[in-house]
Amino acid sequence: MTASPARTAARSLLVAGLVTVLAACGGARVDDAGAEAGASAPASGGSSCVDTSGDTVKVGLLNSMSGTMSISETTVRRSLELAVEEINAAGGVMDKQLEVVTEDGASDPTVFAERATKLVQSDCVAAVFGGWTSSSRKAMLPVFESNDALLFYPVQYEGLEASDNIFYTGATTNQQIIPALDYLKDELGVTSLHLVGSDYVFPQTANAIIKAYAEEYDIEIVGEDYEPLGSVEGIPTIVNRVQASGADAVFNTLNGDSNVSFFTQYADVGLDAESMPVISVSIAEEEVPGIGVERLAGQYTAWNYYQTVDSPENEAFVAAFKAAYGDDAVTSDPMEAAYASVYLWKGMVEEAGSLDVAAVQEAADGVSFAAPEGEVTVNGDNHHIAKTALIGQVNAEGLIDTVWSSDAPIEPDPCLETYEWASMLEKDETYCG
Amino acid sequence: MSAVVTGLRPRLVGLSGYAVAALALFVLAPLVLTDFRLRLLAQFLCLAMVAVGIGLAWGRGGMLTLGQGVFFGLGAYIMAIHLQLSDAGPGGRPSFMVTGSGLPWWWELFRHPVAAVVGIVAVPALVAFVLGYAVFRRKVKGAYFAILSQALASAFALLLISQQGTIGGSNGLSNFQQFFGFVLNDPVNRRMIFFICAGVLLGMVAVVHQLMRSRYGELLTAVRDGEERVRFLGYDPALVKVFAYVVAAVFAGVGGALFVPVVGIISPSNVGVVPSIGFVIGVAVGGRATLLGPVLGSLAVSYAGSTLSAEFESVWIYLQGLLFILVVSFLPGGVVSLVSDRWRRRTDKGSDDTGDEPGGAGGSTGGEAGGDPPPASAAAEVPLVDDPTGQVQPGGVR
Amino acid sequence: MDAVLSQLYAGISLGSVLLLIALGLSLTFGQMGVINMAHGEFIMAGAYTAFVVQQIFSDVGLSLLVSLPLAFVVGGLLGVLLEVTLISRLYHRPLDTLLVTWGVSLILQQVARDIFGAPAVDVRAPSWLQGNVEILGAPFTTSRIFIVVLSLVCVTALGLVLRYTPLGRRIRAVVQARGLAETSGIATRTTDRITFFIGSGLAGVAGVALTLIGSTQPYMGTTYIVDAFLVVVVGGIGQIKGAVIAAFALGTLQAFFAYSQSVSTAKVLLLVVVIVFLQVRPQGLFSVRTRSLA
Repeated sequence: MTASPARTAARSLLVAGLVTVLAACGGARVDDAGAEAGASAPASGGSSCVDTSGDTVKVGLLNSMSGTMSISETTVRRSLELAVEEINAAGGVMDKQLEVVTEDGASDPTVFAERATKLVQSDCVAAVFGGWTSSSRKAMLPVFESNDALLFYPVQYEGLEASDNIFYTGATTNQQIIPALDYLKDELGVTSLHLVGSDYVFPQTANAIIKAYAEEYDIEIVGEDYEPLGSVEGIPTIVNRVQASGADAVFNTLNGDSNVSFFTQYADVGLDAESMPVISVSIAEEEVPGIGVERLAGQYTAWNYYQTVDSPENEAFVAAFKAAYGDDAVTSDPMEAAYASVYLWKGMVEEAGSLDVAAVQEAADGVSFAAPEGEVTVNGDNHHIAKTALIGQVNAEGLIDTVWSSDAPIEPDPCLETYEWASMLEKDETYCG
Repeated sequence: MSAVVTGLRPRLVGLSGYAVAALALFVLAPLVLTDFRLRLLAQFLCLAMVAVGIGLAWGRGGMLTLGQGVFFGLGAYIMAIHLQLSDAGPGGRPSFMVTGSGLPWWWELFRHPVAAVVGIVAVPALVAFVLGYAVFRRKVKGAYFAILSQALASAFALLLISQQGTIGGSNGLSNFQQFFGFVLNDPVNRRMIFFICAGVLLGMVAVVHQLMRSRYGELLTAVRDGEERVRFLGYDPALVKVFAYVVAAVFAGVGGALFVPVVGIISPSNVGVVPSIGFVIGVAVGGRATLLGPVLGSLAVSYAGSTLSAEFESVWIYLQGLLFILVVSFLPGGVVSLVSDRWRRRTDKGSDDTGDEPGGAGGSTGGEAGGDPPPASAAAEVPLVDDPTGQVQPGGVR
Repeated sequence: MDAVLSQLYAGISLGSVLLLIALGLSLTFGQMGVINMAHGEFIMAGAYTAFVVQQIFSDVGLSLLVSLPLAFVVGGLLGVLLEVTLISRLYHRPLDTLLVTWGVSLILQQVARDIFGAPAVDVRAPSWLQGNVEILGAPFTTSRIFIVVLSLVCVTALGLVLRYTPLGRRIRAVVQARGLAETSGIATRTTDRITFFIGSGLAGVAGVALTLIGSTQPYMGTTYIVDAFLVVVVGGIGQIKGAVIAAFALGTLQAFFAYSQSVSTAKVLLLVVVIVFLQVRPQGLFSVRTRSLA
């Protein structure tokens, strides 16, 4: 035990030396010209390998088909495939049929980054549609920026980001959180709020925004509680605190199955939509049966689309979806946003007359689509889309009825620059300088 | 390869195997693989580093650690913090901070490159030492230790997720531009990082090889097979185990640190319960007590996971579970033991048994009670003494 | 409202859930030194049993009462199947058993996904288990009272069986001195299987109970399982009272940590407490081993 560690150490040193030598003969250094802007100037032979010569063009669908997130992402995959089928049946994009390359994100950000790289570098797809969690998007972002490729991300999220290489077709905070707060304040006359959420980035950021809003409009935040993702053990404690706080309403950003425990316990201790309404921003139609319709009835949600939206486009969408996936299939906001994202990409490509990424980015501003939720329009500056905010109430059938909607589509403002009270929030300097 | 520690010929074989591996990694791989594949291989190499450590702690030391994600995460997060700080430049704020309230003080510890490299080795080592010493000193072992290490991984991941403001929460840290002054998004530099991963992995294998040839290696195996006997001989088994645990932790930490520039992100989903067990799978499949088994097993499982799961999601899950069950039940020495067994039988015919068989070569019968006392290292964790059933077995010191 | 009191109820409730899960786990661990990582998936099987039964019986209350014994049998049979096919081959390799059962849990989760789909299914609670009862001025929800009672019934029943029946005597004999038991003519292999049946059956019962307070989905088994393992580690092996005390102690402790700190911090603090505790009693609260060298 005495002699060999010394020898081991000697060997380790040798290896360390080897590594240093190797590193010394590396390529571009940061102080080399142009390296500062490494993100925008792709060094890795950045020219796109997308093949535009044939009758088909490849697009990538990257969703978690395994792991915990597959519950939600499977439904998004279905609506993406539905949109692609419809587009192909109607003649494709620029007379080219879309050829789908599917990949599994496996609910793991690392896998998302890996598969995104594969889709862009090996499969040479023209655009990728997918991602759900913020962590999956954050993991893919450098891949799309460094390869100068396009990602369409279909889920509402915490905002404060605006990459040139991503189009965000779900709501940002000023199209979901802020309208929900307006509704609570103006329509329900709420003066005190209890915040309940899962312990991760979206609830934490949403609650930071809510607190800034509350300070501006004299709403008292009487409590703020987080449950670890995927856990339920702390729910009784949280419900105890909610009940003790005597708030006018609860703002719920819990994710996934924690909601089941929360609403069960909530109803069991004698709270309901009458005594203390809950407004949720992560519960959509497909989650309602798992939580239990009778426990949710009368509670509020904030989204930009519900299955019950009354429009011919939505009627067609719901009918097509049920025809493809059965009568029990429900449609929800992220599914609709994913469906719209494929059409929006088609619109941009046809506007640009080219599949080239730079041309598509150039042409994006003002491209609109008559989506099931209503008219949506791309904002060329921040790559989000203008959407109408809808406050809904869960009905006895487990669907969600619209009880309030914004007068017109709300312009996206991911950095909350147009809100005076939001200036106190710290923002990511990369996108919200 | 561990089978062949004595005699000149086997040693030559070992050396040439090592040379072949080095040749494949440094010459062949860069020639035949595309940039994307090379990146993937570098990622797998990082995971294999963790496996080498587990091979030492579990295969040789009998400590089944289901929490290596913790040390992997410590190394990775320290590297990520350093990269974020160097991207931000002096006084700059890292880009992940969405709602944070300023930089926590411990970020500054890793601003200097040397401090970061020291931290990557020292922090996992320190944590492993404190934890290992506390646990092993009190003779907590076997399944108890496995459960504790798993709970540790679970708690560590939860802690990271809840720290949005200071460490990026569930998003983790990502979007790095440079690696110690080299632009990350540059094919030449990426290749260099691959070479570093390959070099470090080969170095780790060499370290384990040396360790196992030393007196310490014999002591570690002795502790695994009969902790009390070692104690009666005047050694402190706790220290012997702690050392292997610390080495495994450092390997995991370094693997994590290199994982960051290769993959470009570290998040809590890389450190929790499931990835921690994932590290163990490769080791079990390859051969826990062999030198190359953990590496080859880990690489094979990573590769299979990456290619199969894309094509057949649910089939891969079944296959993974089934493979794991079959190998652990019927081939505890791992796949490598099959090969080296056959090789041994051919070359070593008639020669004396040196007593250092590849672990578990005795197969599922190796540990049957009532059988002969198994060879020193067969059936990798026949706990003659720490069998929780408390049953008296032949050969056990009672 | 008395915050301390309602937190105490939250703690008792969490403790009884942990107890229900850890009871079967500690039985099989004590018997064979096997940490069964698939225990969580037996819980899931029990929960889906409740779901299936509810599709057959229209009366929600009746279906709950039917699913309790049925889930016991389903869980038990799964357990015996696992014991016969795999665990029996892995005697004296407890760590390998742990890994093998993890592989089994992976497969069972996927089976559940392929049969019932990934989204959570709705298992309704009967009306008499909705709402709450005020005890000393603080509400205790009826469904959680039901779980507390259920876990106490299970503990008592198991205790009585172990203490007063010939089967119980055989089980205890095998736990305490397998070799001696075998020599005395006890069929240890049969006893092992029965023990595994009971232990896994209790997991099935726990699954039915969990449908009352949480979601029923393929990954539900992983929710409480790490904490239940800790209960077994703290409780020690071979005695039920260790599991009872450990479950309620850890449950209450976690509830109060969660109230004063946050839920995430509570989990970390709990682990620290467990590690410190093991410094004092490395073999857990109770251990029947008297000739132990460790």
